[in-house]
Amino acid sequence: MPTDTFEVGAPEIPAPLRRGRGLRELWSQPWVRLTVLAAVIAVAVGIYLFTDVPGSLAFALRIRGLTVAAMLVVATAVGVSTVVFHTITANRILTPSIMGFDAFYVLISTIIVFFLGSQSFLTFDPLTLWLVQVGVMMTFSSALFTWLFGGRRRSVHLMLLVGIVLGVFFRSFAEWMQRMLDPLDFQVLSDAMFASLTRPDELLLTLTGALVVAGAIATVPLLRTLDVLTLGAPAAIGLGVEHRRVVLALFTIVSLMVAASTALVGPILFFGLIVANLAYSYAGSFRHAWTLPCAVGIGMLCLIGGQLVLEQVFGYGGTLSTIIEFAGGLFFLYLVLRKGAR
Amino acid sequence: MIALENVTKRYGSTTVVDDVSLTFGGEGIVALIGPNGAGKSTLFSLVGRLLKPDAGTVSVDGLDVATASSPELATALAVLRQDNHVGARLTVHDLVEFGRFPHSRGRLTEVDRDHIERAIDYLELDAYRGRFLDELSGGQRQRAFIAMVLAQDTRYVLLDEPLNNLDLRHMTEIMKLLRRMADELDKRIVVVLHDINFAATYADRIVAMREGRVVADAPAAEVMDAAVLERVYDTPVDVHEIDGRPVALYYS
Repeated sequence: MPTDTFEVGAPEIPAPLRRGRGLRELWSQPWVRLTVLAAVIAVAVGIYLFTDVPGSLAFALRIRGLTVAAMLVVATAVGVSTVVFHTITANRILTPSIMGFDAFYVLISTIIVFFLGSQSFLTFDPLTLWLVQVGVMMTFSSALFTWLFGGRRRSVHLMLLVGIVLGVFFRSFAEWMQRMLDPLDFQVLSDAMFASLTRPDELLLTLTGALVVAGAIATVPLLRTLDVLTLGAPAAIGLGVEHRRVVLALFTIVSLMVAASTALVGPILFFGLIVANLAYSYAGSFRHAWTLPCAVGIGMLCLIGGQLVLEQVFGYGGTLSTIIEFAGGLFFLYLVLRKGAR
Repeated sequence: MIALENVTKRYGSTTVVDDVSLTFGGEGIVALIGPNGAGKSTLFSLVGRLLKPDAGTVSVDGLDVATASSPELATALAVLRQDNHVGARLTVHDLVEFGRFPHSRGRLTEVDRDHIERAIDYLELDAYRGRFLDELSGGQRQRAFIAMVLAQDTRYVLLDEPLNNLDLRHMTEIMKLLRRMADELDKRIVVVLHDINFAATYADRIVAMREGRVVADAPAAEVMDAAVLERVYDTPVDVHEIDGRPVALYYS
């Protein structure tokens, strides 16, 4: 289960008791909601693993198990990083992609295809490519961070603004290069631009999984501090949070998780926004001990559900990101409008 | 004691706090008054370690704010700021619980729960403890935030314009409450006020600032003087004695 990554203790104070008995009251408990979510995911994973097995079951399980593992890694990275990013920036409509992670991934891939050709891009040693991608993304984000947050200015917003501008610059630069590619090279590159979770490289999956799990574990002692950060930086500082140190630690965790998973499967942050906001309304608590595992679970559900729809309904005629963005986006709109009507 | 020694703070080329030396934190309530832009909020931010002074030092009970550990200071000094926008949906209880963070780091003990209960009782918020903050009126919200500050259980409490956007009744309620906190719980309160009559009625000492400098620092009765107030606010102020109390009239 994706939620096992987090050691979640019992809530300190029971959720506010509302009127209504039995099921309704039970449903207002975050742990009940999380359990239900986990059960639904387990069913979806079961369907994915055991239906439509053409040949040997053991072989199918092995291949599909790798995909499920990749989904878990990606869901954890996206869920945790987006929620933490929202809390740090006190803003719920951004994702870490604003720091240019996706743009950088596209740019690096484009540069390789541009200078070395699609043939060498396809035959490039995957480990080297992964290391280069992670290295460059981490260097970029830490440089941006130390420059704009570590100094005297210390402004999260300035950092975001510069991140957006640089992201757009890298994207345009990559597009400009892509326009000069020969059609075959461009085709190969386009394929790499969509997140692909099927048949991940085992070694890279292990490496990325280790980094993401390490990041998730490192977040656990900071859960309560994250809660306090929802009051905003000034109030958190007043309550004794060492804001700069904590934000630096959290930001490093976010960068590492996102960089590693993007390098593994391609641009993945597209559904972070939907996942995080669904988690806030689903979790029934503002506490990160609940919102974080919920975001991971909902991310996993999106990925496995989207993959099932892609295989069963569309017969692979599309991309996973299209399906998740379409269905998730519609659902998200429904939630927002329903709330507004109340 | 909270001591500022030759503290200067500049934003770019504008000096907002200009070589201020000031000590407060004695018994009772100190009211900080002055026109907009006098540097009152900046002074609070310097004490509350949100800003670093360009010169001078700020200390709380002998601890230099610049070097002391943030959690340690948070058990000595609580600051309630002017705008308290909260992104997430919190209940009153959740908010008051946060006041214990400096002591418990989020893992509440019996002592912590006791403090939370007492703060909620003291602010008469028991009926609202399960309500979300965005479902409260301005007066109730302000009380919830003061309960959080109270649960923080610090000797010094700094409040930046706690009467903002409140009606007559709630302004009086909050000021009476601060007076009680000072008298019964021995809180050392520093409060920024715009209504000088509230300052005169409830504070023991008034510190007046103008253009980044302290221009008056005396017992409340002494600052309530037409000449002094005119100098502070740069506008005509009459002071009359009504029912044995000085009342400033500046409406016409």
